[in-house]
Amino acid sequence: MPKLSTLFRLGVFLVLLAFLLQPQWFEPLLRPLVQANAPVIYNQGSLLQLTLLHLRTVAIAVSAAAMVALALAILVTRESGAEFLPLSRSLVNIGQTFPPVAVLALAVPIFGFGEKPTLIALFLYGLLPIFENALTGLTTLPPSVMEAARGAGMTGGQRLLKVELPLAMPVILAGIRLSVVISLATATIGSTVAAKTLGEVIIAGLQSNNLAFVVQGGLIVATLAVLLHDGLQAAERKLAARMGR
Amino acid sequence: MRQLRFDKLGAIIAALALGGAFIAPFATFRANRIVAGEAKTIVESLPQPWSAAVLLVILVGVLVAAMRSPAILRLVAAFAALAVLALGIGVAASHLTPEGNTYARVSPASGFWVMLFAFGLLAADALTRLRPAPFMRIVVLVAVLAFVGMLLLSGTWDGLSILREYASRVDTFWAEARKHVTLALGSLVAATIVGIPLGILCHRVARLRDGLLGVLNAIQTIPSIALFGILIAPLGWIAANVPGAATIGIRGIGVAPAFVALFLYSLLPVVANTVVGLAGVPRDANDAARGIGMTDWQRLVGIEFPLAFPVILTGIRIVLVQNIGLATIAALIGGGGFGVFVFQGVGQTAMDLVLLGAVPTVVLAFAAAIVLDAVIEMATPNTRQAEAA
Amino acid sequence: MIEIKNITKRYGETAVVDDVSLTIAPRTVTVVVGTSGSGKTTLLRMINRLVEPTSGTIRLDGEDNRSLPGYELRRRIGYAIQGHGLFPHRTVAQNIATVPTLLGWERARIDAKVDELLQLFQLDPADFGPRFPHELSGGQQQRVGVARALAAEPKVLLMDEPFGALDPIIRAKAQDDLLAIQKHFETTVILVTHDMEEAFQLADRIAVMDKGKVVQYATPAEMLIKPATPFVESLIGVSERPYRLLAIEPVLSAVEPGSADGTAISSTLSQREALAELLWSGRSALPVADPAGAIIGKVSLEGLAKRAAGPV
Repeated sequence: MPKLSTLFRLGVFLVLLAFLLQPQWFEPLLRPLVQANAPVIYNQGSLLQLTLLHLRTVAIAVSAAAMVALALAILVTRESGAEFLPLSRSLVNIGQTFPPVAVLALAVPIFGFGEKPTLIALFLYGLLPIFENALTGLTTLPPSVMEAARGAGMTGGQRLLKVELPLAMPVILAGIRLSVVISLATATIGSTVAAKTLGEVIIAGLQSNNLAFVVQGGLIVATLAVLLHDGLQAAERKLAARMGR
Repeated sequence: MRQLRFDKLGAIIAALALGGAFIAPFATFRANRIVAGEAKTIVESLPQPWSAAVLLVILVGVLVAAMRSPAILRLVAAFAALAVLALGIGVAASHLTPEGNTYARVSPASGFWVMLFAFGLLAADALTRLRPAPFMRIVVLVAVLAFVGMLLLSGTWDGLSILREYASRVDTFWAEARKHVTLALGSLVAATIVGIPLGILCHRVARLRDGLLGVLNAIQTIPSIALFGILIAPLGWIAANVPGAATIGIRGIGVAPAFVALFLYSLLPVVANTVVGLAGVPRDANDAARGIGMTDWQRLVGIEFPLAFPVILTGIRIVLVQNIGLATIAALIGGGGFGVFVFQGVGQTAMDLVLLGAVPTVVLAFAAAIVLDAVIEMATPNTRQAEAA
Repeated sequence: MIEIKNITKRYGETAVVDDVSLTIAPRTVTVVVGTSGSGKTTLLRMINRLVEPTSGTIRLDGEDNRSLPGYELRRRIGYAIQGHGLFPHRTVAQNIATVPTLLGWERARIDAKVDELLQLFQLDPADFGPRFPHELSGGQQQRVGVARALAAEPKVLLMDEPFGALDPIIRAKAQDDLLAIQKHFETTVILVTHDMEEAFQLADRIAVMDKGKVVQYATPAEMLIKPATPFVESLIGVSERPYRLLAIEPVLSAVEPGSADGTAISSTLSQREALAELLWSGRSALPVADPAGAIIGKVSLEGLAKRAAGPV
């Protein structure tokens, strides 16, 4: 069974690659979605380039979010930062009620149009799942293992690097996965504030009533999301399985 | 023992609030909607007795925050400072706007937002420490909303740019608000009606569970804007080819695809949480129920469902908060909602208009989260008492 | 030698450990027994400074245990706990290598030590070394936990209910193994348990704790004959006393001159086992054989009965 699904994913990836490199091959499939003389394949830029820009935006935002969220989670789970732990939990809860669109829109007055507000919104929204998961991971470590680590004479730093972070890693990765999926989706909305992402294709389609554009933009993002989601999940499972969870 | 001591978090809050009060500007004045603004400090923005009063309350708040003090005192100080800020910005708006000038715009500036954040943080921290019972949390929420409502009705904020935008679109605002709530709540209700039976079915039929949850998971990973767009096609086809569909409002663009997309997004949390909730029912309880001769149906209604209810509610909370946010995107496909103002505002670089859409969305989502969290806690037996002990 | 002097640990107003003094001889097994909340675990954790005492001192071989940083102290003291606390993300070999790695031993020395310990605990290094802890049985995990505690050749091994999670048969085996290994490495073992049976099984000396105080610190035999308080008496169990007394001593010390019929019993077994054999076979005396197999005398029901009697 797992082999079959891996093959299926590989197939999906190849189709995606083919679509990005040779979109005209797929023209007959999308033709029925548009009026007689409308363009079928997005013609205001290269799909491949937009996809790469889209992925770049997500990668920058999520890696920045991961670093900051992890640093914060480590801080509030140390003895010296314990005072901030309950508040940081409430803040994460509150933060999660902010819709991504609102975060994006509110970033525009401060950072102007283009990639910057998108990056900021993705960064801020990406922080939350990673922070929450890192907190969960770092606060639910088995007490006997932590006790053993102290008892073996590990210093605080050694415990963090050699025991706590590796043990919390599957949960942290799950947070990063959530963050990536949310960011992939939110980045499309970034095009409403003139960021160069695949949202451009969808919005162009919505504006010119060209369903083929909407479908191709949407499907590329969806496929990317599913592939990245599955890939990261596989990595988590591998890590977790090693620990017998 | 009673010596004054500094509070780590409080010191940060105090520093933020002081910076917001004395370094950053309090309000921005613009001669009209489009030109660049002039920054004004608290003293410049407010008439005399007011500026002194605002600064005094803020300083007291800063002091209470910086020192170790009882949580209830911190809460009162935070709310007092927030209230004074809210009043102050309204007064600043009418003070800065020249008499009879309808083009000038006054909006809160960075200092105001920083102080709002600082004292909001203080309030959140105090509430976290106090851990009020669920009912109290709703009372606090209602009180805060009532205060804001009063400010709105009394006209204190009428001079603010965001309300100027509101004033020029009163009718559309409430129409879009209705659409927004209808979209978010309607799709939730539909997802609950469909999702709970589906969840029960999945719980009973293991093979269905893996397949259905897989599909619903895949739907969740499709970006909202894309799903909205993709649904235009099938719904457009239905409208064109199914007799009568168009007359009941099914159309390729507009509310229908937005509603269907939100419904699809909502299904996963409802179904998954129903399954998780039912799976979490203790085996003992089920065995005992079977042992005393309950039928499957009696067991479901009398034992499994009540025990799984808090978990199902948690799913509904996730859906509601998520839907309120996602409904903004419906505007992109003509589905209406607060997103209309957000995207119009972005298009016209009119940030006040963006705020007119974003602020109610955030408030709605936030209020929904608080209320549902409280309801979930009240529906979960024994946890509260155990924690309080 | 471990000298615990007037050690006290307070949490707020309550003293969890209250002015405890104990001197523990090197190369012995000391078992601290008490009910939960008696302060026994806190006492143990103050020795390797997982808990810092409120007042009092602990000296290891004359050196105050606060003369070096806590983590360095702990690298010198073995520590094994209930539920083993193995690192789930590291292999068995890596787990055992934890402290030697922290101490910066050379790779070859670490590998040799890991192999030696695995063999000593009857685990094939090639088979078990690369496994992850979740791939072991409960008994194996526990053995790896003790092996890890012993990896850096500590002079002192602290054990907190190390066998608590094991089922009775595996536990008995683990206890025997511990005694063998303690003799092998000449380690000073301090073990905390709530199980009096375990204490009698393992201890050279037993310290009974109640409400933060040591109420009696004595050899098992002394404790049986002269329990210091009714609490100690109830912990031992009145109906168990004669059997416990017999369980402490080997058959060798109860051998009488003379001969008896039937199969011989080994002189290394406990007198309690000899009594059981006598009762079960319905005889009044059994021949005793030394480890080489030569008959050295007999053990009688009457003789054992005298030995099982408490002070009048």
